[in-house]
Amino acid sequence: MSTLTGTRHLVRLILRRDRFLLPLWILVLAVLPMTYATSFFDLFPTEAQRAAYAAGTARNPSIIALLGPVYGDSVGALTAQRGGFLLVIIGLASLLTVVRHTRTEEEAGRRELLGSTVLGRYAGLTAALLVTYVADLLLGLLTAAGLASTGLPAAGSYAYGLAAALTGIAFATIGGLAAQLTETAGGARGIGIAVLAAAFALRLVGDTASNDWPSWLSPLGWAARVRPYAGERWWVLALPLIVSALVAAVAYPLSVRRDLGAGLLPPRLGPATGGTALTGPFGLAWRLHRGQILWWSVGFGLLGLILGGAAKAAGRSVEGNPQLEEIMARIGGASGLAEAYLGATLSLAGLAAAGYGVQAALRMRAEEAAGRAEPLLATETHRATWLLSHVVFALLGPVVVLAVTGLATGLTYGLSVHDVPGALPRMLGAALAQVPAAWVLAGFAVLLYGLLPRLAPVAWGVLAVCVLLGQLGAVLKLSQWLLDLSPFTHTPQTLRDHWSATPLWALTLLALLLAAAGLTGFHRRDVPTT
Amino acid sequence: METPIEVSGLVKTFGRTRALDGLDLTVRAGEVHGFLGPNGAGKSTTIRVLLGLLRADAGAVRLLGGDPWRDAVALHRRLAYVPGDVTLWPTLSGGEVIDLLGRMRGGLDPKRRAELLESFELDPRKKGRAYSKGNRQKVGLVAALASDVELLVLDEPTSGLDPLMEEVFQHWVHRAKQDGRTVLLSSHILAEVEALCDRVTIIRNGRAVESGTLGELRHLHRTSIDAELAAPLDGLADLPGVHDLRVDGTRVRFDVDGAALDTALRRLTELGVRSLVSKPPTLEELFLRHYETTPVEVNA
Repeated sequence: MSTLTGTRHLVRLILRRDRFLLPLWILVLAVLPMTYATSFFDLFPTEAQRAAYAAGTARNPSIIALLGPVYGDSVGALTAQRGGFLLVIIGLASLLTVVRHTRTEEEAGRRELLGSTVLGRYAGLTAALLVTYVADLLLGLLTAAGLASTGLPAAGSYAYGLAAALTGIAFATIGGLAAQLTETAGGARGIGIAVLAAAFALRLVGDTASNDWPSWLSPLGWAARVRPYAGERWWVLALPLIVSALVAAVAYPLSVRRDLGAGLLPPRLGPATGGTALTGPFGLAWRLHRGQILWWSVGFGLLGLILGGAAKAAGRSVEGNPQLEEIMARIGGASGLAEAYLGATLSLAGLAAAGYGVQAALRMRAEEAAGRAEPLLATETHRATWLLSHVVFALLGPVVVLAVTGLATGLTYGLSVHDVPGALPRMLGAALAQVPAAWVLAGFAVLLYGLLPRLAPVAWGVLAVCVLLGQLGAVLKLSQWLLDLSPFTHTPQTLRDHWSATPLWALTLLALLLAAAGLTGFHRRDVPTT
Repeated sequence: METPIEVSGLVKTFGRTRALDGLDLTVRAGEVHGFLGPNGAGKSTTIRVLLGLLRADAGAVRLLGGDPWRDAVALHRRLAYVPGDVTLWPTLSGGEVIDLLGRMRGGLDPKRRAELLESFELDPRKKGRAYSKGNRQKVGLVAALASDVELLVLDEPTSGLDPLMEEVFQHWVHRAKQDGRTVLLSSHILAEVEALCDRVTIIRNGRAVESGTLGELRHLHRTSIDAELAAPLDGLADLPGVHDLRVDGTRVRFDVDGAALDTALRRLTELGVRSLVSKPPTLEELFLRHYETTPVEVNA
């Protein structure tokens, strides 16, 4: 029996299971760059307008931090930069897809059943990687064809499309390695996302600093360095290929050296009796959520330290350009720009914190679906108590994560401007101002869980829409009422002089109402609802 | 003393599926009540309604004198439940889960907990994800059997247990009965029900088709007779209540309804009986009659 026997069947199984999800993310992510290009054609019909925009963008560190550098002032170059954040999403989708079809299957015990059939040792990992690779390539080709159809040069379009595809492939492979390391799918996802976050941080630091070598170390930095539409450097495409090959060369031997279901680290024994903290639903919820809170806090703390430290340099990057310096002077000089940059990055942290809230709320759905809610609800635990034990974490988690981000940002920014006592509370405040909008998303997830549990994962879709509205609203010239649908649109910029706290109260109230409606629904419905 | 479980005319639908279709079930205090039926008959749905997890669409349900939906929390203090497929939190040890569930039911007996762990040969230090199916089931059983409750609701609790552990389980259910607890034991393992239960309710397609003591149920059914006679047989085939008659010289084998047993035996003794083996129907046979053969009239 060859090591790949049965791969074909597994590929078909994956395609059958993902027949909606896979085409969906391929299409959405492939169409977006095309919409960027058309909107740039519309927005800046003349070369002079584009040049002015490109110059402004090239000088705006918060845009560069988020999207990456801009090379040139052609529509193509602007589009390629605008698509910079899509690379993160492509990477995330790719690695989650691989983990979903490897470690998740193994953890659930479904792989065991398949493993008893005629299946080669490498078949599982190969099938998951193969499907994701092909999906990424398809995504890249569609992207390229779409961009070329708007009238952009074909070479640049294919350079961008391939760079996006290979970024996805690199992270798919990283997901494949992560799936070999831990026993749980959650752990594998965590490792993969941590690598993605580290790659983003490296790229961010490299692109905003004077020397961009850190960006060359980041798989998220390579796509820009292919320079689509700006004298394509095709050889850079070899970097993600080499990294994928190296990572796969580690993942494959690991996948056969370990037992089915086992991770790299052997499982440890636990206590023979329940400790004094484990007395009820809240004690249990703390056990289930504490790891996530800890790791998110560590990750956000590190990110905050980096962002805070880079802010001053970002603010100074306008030096040498008299025109921009003059504009900047009017909005508060270099420190004004640095704070605008910090405000923008903290609002991104707000979106991520909403992600924490959503996943903590959806934990209830996972518990119910796995049959772990039932025995608890058959004890003297009230339904409301069980629900609240998880909702507490969906609400407090974002507070903790954002507070850590704010404090870390304030600390390094304060050190760089020699004013820690001044910067710390301001940054903490700006970070915590994001909390109510994040709560609205968490509250919405609770609402779905209580009323329409089968649709609970839709909360992720709503968060994705909020991210898109926030990031693309201005580019796509969306009308204000559409932007107003996202709670994040209403979060005040507390780093500016004038802001109102009213939206914060309104959002908090809305979040509580949503959660309360979810609780009411949960009281009335059947458990488990499958 | 109140009747622990009283269900009549219970209906529960899921979309277009009618999972329970007018189910009746009565469990008396202090008895071990078998709740038998094939997969998909509605056993787990009934139990979830009794636990207040699912809401009944129609019918009357009383659990320990209360309404299982409205009084769920107060009632749950007095019962312990083991699902047919115990799933554990992957990061919690078995011992932690046992204590957690015990505390959430209002306390468990530490001495009995230790005894149970020993007799089920369960290592409580392993993490949830490291247990096999049978061991996960043991975690649920230890947590329930160590709890100080008056009613045990066990939904196919022994799935995945080996025969040795099955015996240990039976020992502990006997002990629970001696302690005055009431047990509702859903199962499709007939030997288990025969060994443990005072009364049985058989359910099929969401309805109770039989209910009574094993003796009463047998009374309604046929006895298998295998006899060696002194002379060749004639005239038995036309007797009402005799089925599947096979004659091989002087050897006869047939099944006979309870009501016709007396007449059939008289006919045999008239001819002279050299040897006779009679067997009561096993639950397997009762079961087969209800689920595999032609439809049988519902006995109230």
